[in-house]
Amino acid sequence: MDSTTILIGLASVLVAAAPVVFAVMGETLSERAGVINLSMNGTILLSAMGGFAVSVRTGNLFLGFLTGMLIGAAVALIVAFSSITLKQSQVAVGFVLALVCRDLSYFLGNPFMGLAGPRLPAWPLSGLKEIPVIGTLFFNHDLMTYLSFIVIFVSWFWIFRTRPGLMLQGIGERPAAAYVRGANVNLMRYVYTVLGGALIGLAGPTYSLSVKAGWKGTISGLDGIGWIALAITIFGGWNPLRAAFGAYLFALLQWLGLVLQPSLPNIPSQVLQVAPFPLMILTLLLVNIGDAEWVERTLASLPEPTRRFFAKAFRAMRASPPAALGVPFERD
Amino acid sequence: MTKNSRWVNVGFQIAALVLALLFTSLILLAAGAPPLEAYKNIVTGAFGSFKKFSDVLVSWVPLLLVSAGLLVTFATGLWNIGVEGQITLGAIATTWALRELQDTGLSPSLILFLAILAGMAGGAVWALLAGALKTFGGVNEIFGGLGLNFVATALTIYLIFGPWKRPGVASMSGTEPFDEALHLSLFPELRLSPWALVIAILAIVFVYFLLQGTYFGLRLKAVGKNFRAAYLLGVPTWQYMMLSFLICGALAGIAGAMQVTAVYYRLIPSISSGYGYLGLMVAMLVNYQAIWAAPVALFFAALNIGSIQLPIVLKLDSSLSGVLQGMLVLFVLIVEGVRQRIARRS
Repeated sequence: MDSTTILIGLASVLVAAAPVVFAVMGETLSERAGVINLSMNGTILLSAMGGFAVSVRTGNLFLGFLTGMLIGAAVALIVAFSSITLKQSQVAVGFVLALVCRDLSYFLGNPFMGLAGPRLPAWPLSGLKEIPVIGTLFFNHDLMTYLSFIVIFVSWFWIFRTRPGLMLQGIGERPAAAYVRGANVNLMRYVYTVLGGALIGLAGPTYSLSVKAGWKGTISGLDGIGWIALAITIFGGWNPLRAAFGAYLFALLQWLGLVLQPSLPNIPSQVLQVAPFPLMILTLLLVNIGDAEWVERTLASLPEPTRRFFAKAFRAMRASPPAALGVPFERD
Repeated sequence: MTKNSRWVNVGFQIAALVLALLFTSLILLAAGAPPLEAYKNIVTGAFGSFKKFSDVLVSWVPLLLVSAGLLVTFATGLWNIGVEGQITLGAIATTWALRELQDTGLSPSLILFLAILAGMAGGAVWALLAGALKTFGGVNEIFGGLGLNFVATALTIYLIFGPWKRPGVASMSGTEPFDEALHLSLFPELRLSPWALVIAILAIVFVYFLLQGTYFGLRLKAVGKNFRAAYLLGVPTWQYMMLSFLICGALAGIAGAMQVTAVYYRLIPSISSGYGYLGLMVAMLVNYQAIWAAPVALFFAALNIGSIQLPIVLKLDSSLSGVLQGMLVLFVLIVEGVRQRIARRS
């Protein structure tokens, strides 16, 4: 494989990762506020179908993306309402929504199966795309891919560099303290969950109108992506930059699976496509294992230099969730 | 609980059912389909004849087995989403045992018995893997389980296209079907196996007594209700969690074994058929009470079978049953939240 092929391949990885980036950033914002939106897998499918259907009917791409975001926001609103206002289990509601939205997308999407639809046009940024290497990698894509870059940066900046972002960290970590400092915890949780949901909903049309254009029902190849995005959120340690790294790593692995396929004729392609999942388990293991009791005990018994090395390695990989994740907030 | 508030509770449950039907009707109208016609089709599709009802029971068997297992993990406070993969591994292990033993000259019933045991072991091992990831690796069982589900699917496809491929051409239709001697016997003229039916009923009875009538069940529930308190009171918490995974995995493994020995007679790519996720919904809907699992699982199985003919008769996708099942669970959760909110207010 020559360097041009690799460069174009890497550029395609950035495009393919765009929807995953949207979903992961949405989930990160929601979980930072303390709400797990487990519906992601269904939301992405339903918004992919909805966005595609609206674009086919109206011929308008913008309305398609808007529909996707509205669907995502609406589903997130159900999660927020049942968990914040009605104090039901976020995991239960989110899981049921993940299944319902998936089935809804197959049911309502039936008439749109295999239709030819509009597709987001490429939009090379003249002036920037001519820069060697960087131009091909970053500036020869479509609007959604550029937007995914921006969303990563804005999410990071918002959470770590602004006052409201500091408040956001507060309502996820120590809601009581944030409340005392004047934050309306439950309202903010609603806002971030719905906003995060809209971002997750943007992932759907980014697939159905660009990355994997069209709607093919159960063989659209989108089922499962939401679960991966959920794992990437954890891998990302609720930090947008690390989460984005996870999303790109996942897209890279999928691309490698495709590229390596011809040289591994004995392995069916479906097997290579799931290669990220064992890796996902492995990364989750690495991220969490430093907290396990037996690891701490084993570490304590090791000789000093080895102990310090492993302790440092575990700490570097470690990601602890917002302390109040999944815990309802009561004023008293 | 007073008699009065029990009736209020029933009222809330009925409200949830009505809301779910109402919402699903709106979806049907949006799809341009007559709701009543669709529901009528589902009912006749499930109960229209004795043969159709026996098909409902065929689908009830794995669903009940899985739900029974999940009641145990839910009692221990565990979200065993990996149950889907545990069914698959049960099916794989059963297929493996049948392949290994089919030419040994052992009696077919002994081979079947060993194959079902292998299925139990397969499901249990996969569940213990999720349990070990949680207990020793700190990986939440939801994510570990999900990952293992996908790995199980990949393993199935690898086996079907690789080492276990049909002579000639490998295809998504699965492995070579087993000899008729290695099928669990069926009721005459039906697709239903009395053995499978009996095993499923025994499973739910076992779980009911385990959770309601034993000290072991009480301790499992203690771990689920308050992990720290149980630990401080001397319950070996992680051992109980692993045991809970083991029981659920074994029951899911039997479900996989039934799919191989009584339904498909071979390994197919989607052998778990979503029964794991459906079982999670059944367990949530019965509010983790074993006594209701059998009727609710029957209702869900009836929806599944009843909706099969929707694509032919009304040109609707059969995923409608999933929509209705999910809406039902969702509205039960929401209505329960509203009820609690009203109770808090007053």
